[in-house]
Amino acid sequence: MFPISLSNIRFTPDGRTVLTGVDLDIDVDGITVIIGPNGAGKTVLLRIMAGLQTPHDGAISWNGDKTPAPGIAMVFQHPVLLRSSVFHNAGLGLKPFGLSRAEAKRRTMQTLERVGLAHRAEDSARLLSGGERQRLALARAWAMRPKLLLLDEPTAALDPSATDVVEGLVREIRTDGTRIVMTTHNLGQAMRISDDIVFLANGRVIERAPTSRFFARPQSTEAKLFIQGELPWRISFDN
Amino acid sequence: MLNTLLEALSLVSHLDNQVVAIVWLSFKVALATVTLATLIGLPLGALVAVASFPGRGAVTVFLNAMMGLPSVVVGVIVYLFLSRSGPFGDMGLLYSPTAMVMAQTVLVVPLIAALTRQIVEDAWRVYATEFRSMHFTLRHSVVALLYDCRYSLVVAVLAGTGRSLSEVGAVMIVGGNIEGYTRVMTTAIALETAKGDLPLSLALGMVLLTVVLLLNTGAYHLRLWAMRKYG
Repeated sequence: MFPISLSNIRFTPDGRTVLTGVDLDIDVDGITVIIGPNGAGKTVLLRIMAGLQTPHDGAISWNGDKTPAPGIAMVFQHPVLLRSSVFHNAGLGLKPFGLSRAEAKRRTMQTLERVGLAHRAEDSARLLSGGERQRLALARAWAMRPKLLLLDEPTAALDPSATDVVEGLVREIRTDGTRIVMTTHNLGQAMRISDDIVFLANGRVIERAPTSRFFARPQSTEAKLFIQGELPWRISFDN
Repeated sequence: MLNTLLEALSLVSHLDNQVVAIVWLSFKVALATVTLATLIGLPLGALVAVASFPGRGAVTVFLNAMMGLPSVVVGVIVYLFLSRSGPFGDMGLLYSPTAMVMAQTVLVVPLIAALTRQIVEDAWRVYATEFRSMHFTLRHSVVALLYDCRYSLVVAVLAGTGRSLSEVGAVMIVGGNIEGYTRVMTTAIALETAKGDLPLSLALGMVLLTVVLLLNTGAYHLRLWAMRKYG
């Protein structure tokens, strides 16, 4: 476990409220999905959890520490890949670990095999398709053996088939013992993949509940309206 | 004019001993200069691009300004350091190829560092968050960025090579233009033109232009190849 605790987080760049009064504890295994309308503050919340952004107010602790520990990895919506091979990119996150060359190579290849990119190890990373790039970004994070993996809309730009593959990998990473927190706009995906939901609107955590309960009996009006905006998934769930 | 051109072509095509010796020394000095300046300029430029420290803006302005450093000024300064009464006078380096390399390195380092800073800083804006999420130290970031920008940085190294090959003021002052010892293409062209030996000047000028053209053609194709291979 790698508990993260956010207490009364406020993020107000240039006086604009992005997050306010956010209390959140990520302290059980599984996949937490943060959903909410555009501009709700999902990505900023994830970045604060990764230690990439400092809140203007409030406290955050990572596994009891006040500074983010190396047990966290993050995958972005548009991962940046170096002008280099797939193999080199996949092993990039291991540089700070000080592993031996042989161990780093073994771990990188093992992870590439798990994401189905071992056969493309020597190819240029920047020439991969969108789905392959996202799998490579996952491999780069996975190779770091993170205790907590943060995913910022990892399938936003992918077709359904590539999305399905990425979702499968996310489940596999969770099975490996990694705690996952991700954001998505896709309510269907949230239902399929998550153990619990954090619903964010106007910079506040409006509701947090186990996935089945959130979609069956949302407690807040905002959550009800948000779910109704995705009507097909609502029907699918009720059925 | 036509006769001068024909004589110049004859000197080049017959690999005239004097021409070959001057060209060979020019290459050696330029190669040593660019190697040293690259080893110093690339990491220096990348460090300024990535690191946050007080006065970073001033350092950037200083590096950019030093790109236009007058070579004769550098020549005089290095001369003062290497002359008998200077702090390094006992080393007896004045009027030697080593002195020429030293002076040219002072000229070329700011050029390579300033161009590197610009290239790496642009890349850093794209990579910063990703690298921070991977807990990269400053050293990791600098190494990764230099590696990623390697094909763009060829331009910086090429600019340094061009400056080294075409520079005349500093090498004239600290090298002394001694025949067979410190005479390079640019100092020879200046001297032979003054003496009226235009064919030799023209021959050396043709070699200089050809080298610069070949280097640029090579760099152009390298970038094309890199674009195709790495996107």
